[in-house]
Amino acid sequence: MTAIELRGVSRWYGNVVAVNDITMTIGPGVTGLLGPNGAGKTTIMHMIAGFLAPSRGEITVAGRSSWRNPAMFRQVALVPERDSVYAFLTGTEFVVATARLHGLPDPDAAARRAIELLEMTEAQDRKISTYSKGMRQRIKVAAALVHDPEVVLLDEPFNGMDPRQRLHMMDLLHEQGDQGRVIVFSSHILEEVERLSGIIQVIVGGRLAASGDFRAIRRLMTNRPHVFLVRSSDDRALGSALIGRPAVSAVELTSHGLQVRASDYGTFTREVAGLSRDHGIRLTQLLPADESLESVFTYLLAS
Amino acid sequence: MGGQHERTVHTMSGLFSGVVMRLTLRAIMSRKRALLFAAPAVILIGISALLKATAKSPVWPPEILGTVGYLILALTALIIGGSVIGAEVEDGSILHLLATPISRRTVVLSKYVVAVALTMAFAAVPEYLAGAIATGASSSLAIGLFCGALAGSVIYNALFVMATAVFSPSRALAIGLLYVLLWEGLLASIVPGVGLLSAEHYSLAIANSIADNSALHANLTVGTGVGMGAVVTVAALALAVNRLSAFSIKGDVA
Repeated sequence: MTAIELRGVSRWYGNVVAVNDITMTIGPGVTGLLGPNGAGKTTIMHMIAGFLAPSRGEITVAGRSSWRNPAMFRQVALVPERDSVYAFLTGTEFVVATARLHGLPDPDAAARRAIELLEMTEAQDRKISTYSKGMRQRIKVAAALVHDPEVVLLDEPFNGMDPRQRLHMMDLLHEQGDQGRVIVFSSHILEEVERLSGIIQVIVGGRLAASGDFRAIRRLMTNRPHVFLVRSSDDRALGSALIGRPAVSAVELTSHGLQVRASDYGTFTREVAGLSRDHGIRLTQLLPADESLESVFTYLLAS
Repeated sequence: MGGQHERTVHTMSGLFSGVVMRLTLRAIMSRKRALLFAAPAVILIGISALLKATAKSPVWPPEILGTVGYLILALTALIIGGSVIGAEVEDGSILHLLATPISRRTVVLSKYVVAVALTMAFAAVPEYLAGAIATGASSSLAIGLFCGALAGSVIYNALFVMATAVFSPSRALAIGLLYVLLWEGLLASIVPGVGLLSAEHYSLAIANSIADNSALHANLTVGTGVGMGAVVTVAALALAVNRLSAFSIKGDVA
């Protein structure tokens, strides 16, 4: 059984703690590392791939420490986030070179198979420097899959992809996961992983904040209450009108206006305009207060 | 897991990898920097031809080719040796090499060999051509300077490849420049012991063993030059392999 294990892993840079005491086991199937930018996802990815030593704790991939262990890459593949490929090569040259670096017996056939899998056959003979960001991402994944790895680490793989490419990539990751591979990807955009299923590990502030099934998290996301900042010609009157609506669960009068907690996003945004008009109140501001990723993640944590 | 994937994996323990060497060569030649390599060589040959035509004193060939020629050698090695690993670390593409089971020693040695070959082509061969223009194609000075420059290509590149593996690429370049200009260019000619730690002086010692020309100002014996050159080269490469084995992606707190 190939699995990734992190035991009490921390990583700090001087006084900055990037990853704080994370323990988790990642098995076959698709696992997402989710969290806002700067949460420590990339640091964790780099440590799993052996490109960063943990300051404390231990990381093993298939039972062996990943630090200073390039032989691990016979079974492991990494798709780095940075868009740095040998741009002077064609897509085919890049994937074939990777196959050769892995010492595959038939590099050309392996490359052809990987390129087909990523639907890059049409562009394979063009220089990578002419590729779009999404295409570069796909050729990187093709190169990563060329040696049929058992563990695939993808750092922000959906960056720069259009919705169709994203769906195709998600299907591909699922397929790979269903075949028993360990697929780990990181993402800071919850919406882009909405269609994925599997396990998610939520990383916030360098800590493992939550882990669980995609579907459960998704449900929480859809049902979560929304906070709005509302300003009007008469905040107090508007507040008392709003609190009577079922879509509103709390109203607070602050010096900056009303802070309204809506339990139903859609109904609230539809009702608020009509309600203020009915009461002869002029709305001057309606701002969602908690749409930042951080607040979404914080909410997920609290649940 | 859905069953172990059976496959033949060719041995990864070879000292050199043709793929790494080809990738390195193409990466270097695809950069605009590639044009830079040729410029100093052309200048050196130009100076040589000019002096040959105009200079009255016969002393200039060892003086000019020993100093300017070897300075060009050092700087060419710095540009090339400093970029075979450095440029890929800088843009992150080195990850595509390192995320494969190929040994770090193979990566370092393959890239090093490419750097040595290019330095020989862009600095040692022009040094010979300049020498040949100055004193004749089969003169002991031309051949001596050529052999010294070949050895210099080997030693300098080991040092500069090591520097990029130990320091960040831009810092390695700065340190390399200081070494060439300050340590070798200035201190080594004033402070006697400094020459013992100077790739230029190892090269000059080797050149002088053939040319036997006091105007080369070789102040090491050929034995010391070869011995120290070999030790420095091997030590630098070993350190480079060691550092690349502990390659860490830096400055990425996210």
